[in-house]
Amino acid sequence: MSAPRPTTGSPATRLLGGLSLAGLVLLLGYALWWSPADVVQKDSVRIMYVHVPTAIMAFTACGITTLASAMWLRRRSEGWWVLGGAAAEVGIVFTAACLVTGSIWGRPTWGTYWDWDPRITSTTLLFIMLVGYLALRRIDNESGNAAQRGMRAAIVGLLLFPNVMIVHYSVDWWRSLHQTATITRLDPSIEGTMLFTLMLGIAVFGLVFAWMLIHRFRVGWLEERVGATGLDAALLERRAEAGVAGGAR
Amino acid sequence: MFRDAGLVAGKDLRIELRSRVTLQQVLPFAVLVLILFGVALDPDRGILTRASAGLFWVAVLFCALLAIQRAFTIEAADGGRDALRLSGLEPGGIFLGKAMAIAAQLTAVEALLAVGVVIMYGTEVTGVPLLVATCVAATAGMAAAGTLYGVLAAGLRVRETLLPILLLPVLSPVLIGATKAFEAALGGVAADGWPWCGLLLTFALLYLTFGTLAFGTLLEES
Amino acid sequence: MEPAVQLRGAVTLLGRFPALAGIDLDVAAGEIVLLRGPNGAGKTTLLRLCAGLLPVARGTATVLGHNLTDRRQARSLRRRVGLLGHATGLYDELTVSDNVRFWGRAAGASSEDIVGALAACGLDGRLADLAVLSLSAGQRRRTSLACLLARRPELWLLDEPHAGLDQDGRDLVDGLVHRAVQAGATVLMASHDLDRAEALADRVVTVVGGTTTAGAPGAGPTDAAPAAGTPAGGVALVP
Repeated sequence: MSAPRPTTGSPATRLLGGLSLAGLVLLLGYALWWSPADVVQKDSVRIMYVHVPTAIMAFTACGITTLASAMWLRRRSEGWWVLGGAAAEVGIVFTAACLVTGSIWGRPTWGTYWDWDPRITSTTLLFIMLVGYLALRRIDNESGNAAQRGMRAAIVGLLLFPNVMIVHYSVDWWRSLHQTATITRLDPSIEGTMLFTLMLGIAVFGLVFAWMLIHRFRVGWLEERVGATGLDAALLERRAEAGVAGGAR
Repeated sequence: MFRDAGLVAGKDLRIELRSRVTLQQVLPFAVLVLILFGVALDPDRGILTRASAGLFWVAVLFCALLAIQRAFTIEAADGGRDALRLSGLEPGGIFLGKAMAIAAQLTAVEALLAVGVVIMYGTEVTGVPLLVATCVAATAGMAAAGTLYGVLAAGLRVRETLLPILLLPVLSPVLIGATKAFEAALGGVAADGWPWCGLLLTFALLYLTFGTLAFGTLLEES
Repeated sequence: MEPAVQLRGAVTLLGRFPALAGIDLDVAAGEIVLLRGPNGAGKTTLLRLCAGLLPVARGTATVLGHNLTDRRQARSLRRRVGLLGHATGLYDELTVSDNVRFWGRAAGASSEDIVGALAACGLDGRLADLAVLSLSAGQRRRTSLACLLARRPELWLLDEPHAGLDQDGRDLVDGLVHRAVQAGATVLMASHDLDRAEALADRVVTVVGGTTTAGAPGAGPTDAAPAAGTPAGGVALVP
């Protein structure tokens, strides 16, 4: 509880952070130099090594939030509550990164920053759902104590992943009925160095994701502790009112 | 549970009969939205007729937001939540009752909008069975999800702004499904529309079930 | 006979504020107990706790045999109690009789119970068909009282039952309380109208700073006591 210097780091997270950093440097090398350019998309394909991993992490975060909400509803333990928020916060960063990189990629590939592609549409809706979830969570955090608060956010969190799935598939189905030519972004026959680079990207962004999640989790946990330690002091203060009133008799 | 649902729905509709908020505010708003679309989308080029399915459902969605806000403003007034919790009503029944009342009001909105679309946008009505089935399934889904998210936002000072951002992304599959089913019924092949109607029905059943089960905890602790 | 209410060191939080800071209270079945204390002492919170509306953060609370630390038991307690609070829960657009009928039927009351409750509160006739919106504060109070009466609660929790009522209304409250107790109910009330409430009560309990000190009717300090010393903490309690 009483660490001399408050920090959310530990040897393990420092190692994880170091590995992430080294991994990013390695990924940079593979993505920009050692992997070949695509036959059709030329050099612009290289953004895929960031775009696809961020998309995967965004949806993973969303799944973690739903899982944590479900566990909170069962166990009511602070840890799950904190994890749900931490995953959503990190998730929103990756969703934004995914949308931005997708849009940058879309410009040379489709000739436009935005296309009514099912994945863009549903990822944008995911972004807005995450914003809504965090907005609600903030309100829950400001009002109410650990036992009372959290129910609204937990229900929205629980529905987050199912909603994302329903939205994703309905949007997918909606667009597939249109006869417009959609360029398949992921070349089905990625192999060799390109495949390795993509896998490396997913692994490295997995590390970055984990590192960010752990730190956000610890910050959230410390915030919870600050709230909890206040109770005993508050009880004493409240009881003292009786003494004051008694003294005035 | 269904007795409680009937009691709550009856009470909400009675309040509507006396206050006439839907009749005097939501229904005129629906017509207004149709007019605004018409003004914005140049009525001479046939866009309105072609887009009438989508415009119809966007208008319904906006009206649904108003109806849901209203349904929980009633309860938020003067300690309504405590009273409901003490009432002895089953939470699942309260959920179904409020959803039924919202659905009834949305049906009225849809009927008016349908007339409006036919008259003002020159839409020709075909494939009536599919249209009706779509309306029923979509209304049930909107009312169920709306009631669930409505109680989440109810009682918060920011509810007017929070509800749309929470609810509209969730309802986007309903908008897509209902629009596609309507397009199929009005212009294309009705058979293309029935799978969408199935999607709407699935959505409605999911939210009705989840809402009935979860409403107790929500009423309790939020 | 088992006590109607038994609290041991019960703590209740409103937000992060401990409105009840370890309270002890015993109310025997069939008793009429008056709670008194300065504004913000925690009287209203105590009544809401006894209605099963608030969670017990620490300590124990048993009401009519329901252990309130168990959420399920707290929920099933609620249909057995009647709470008359500052907030009425009445629907403004509906008439008096519509309101009493809705809340009565929600609790499973029969038509006779509902008609009887309306009559007992002097709400039959012209008043019954008025919208609550157009009622005076005293008439609203009577409507709330009729809603409570129609539920036939075993434990009456009355928050300032005499406030805003005329002489007839206050007599009406006293009469209803006496009849309820004769019928086997228990009454716990908070009041600032001490003359009237103390005459009605069997016993007085003083609540200050979220805790209790027991006392006999007509003795001990009154509200005026903590004039200069009203602590800032108490002001935060506005349920």
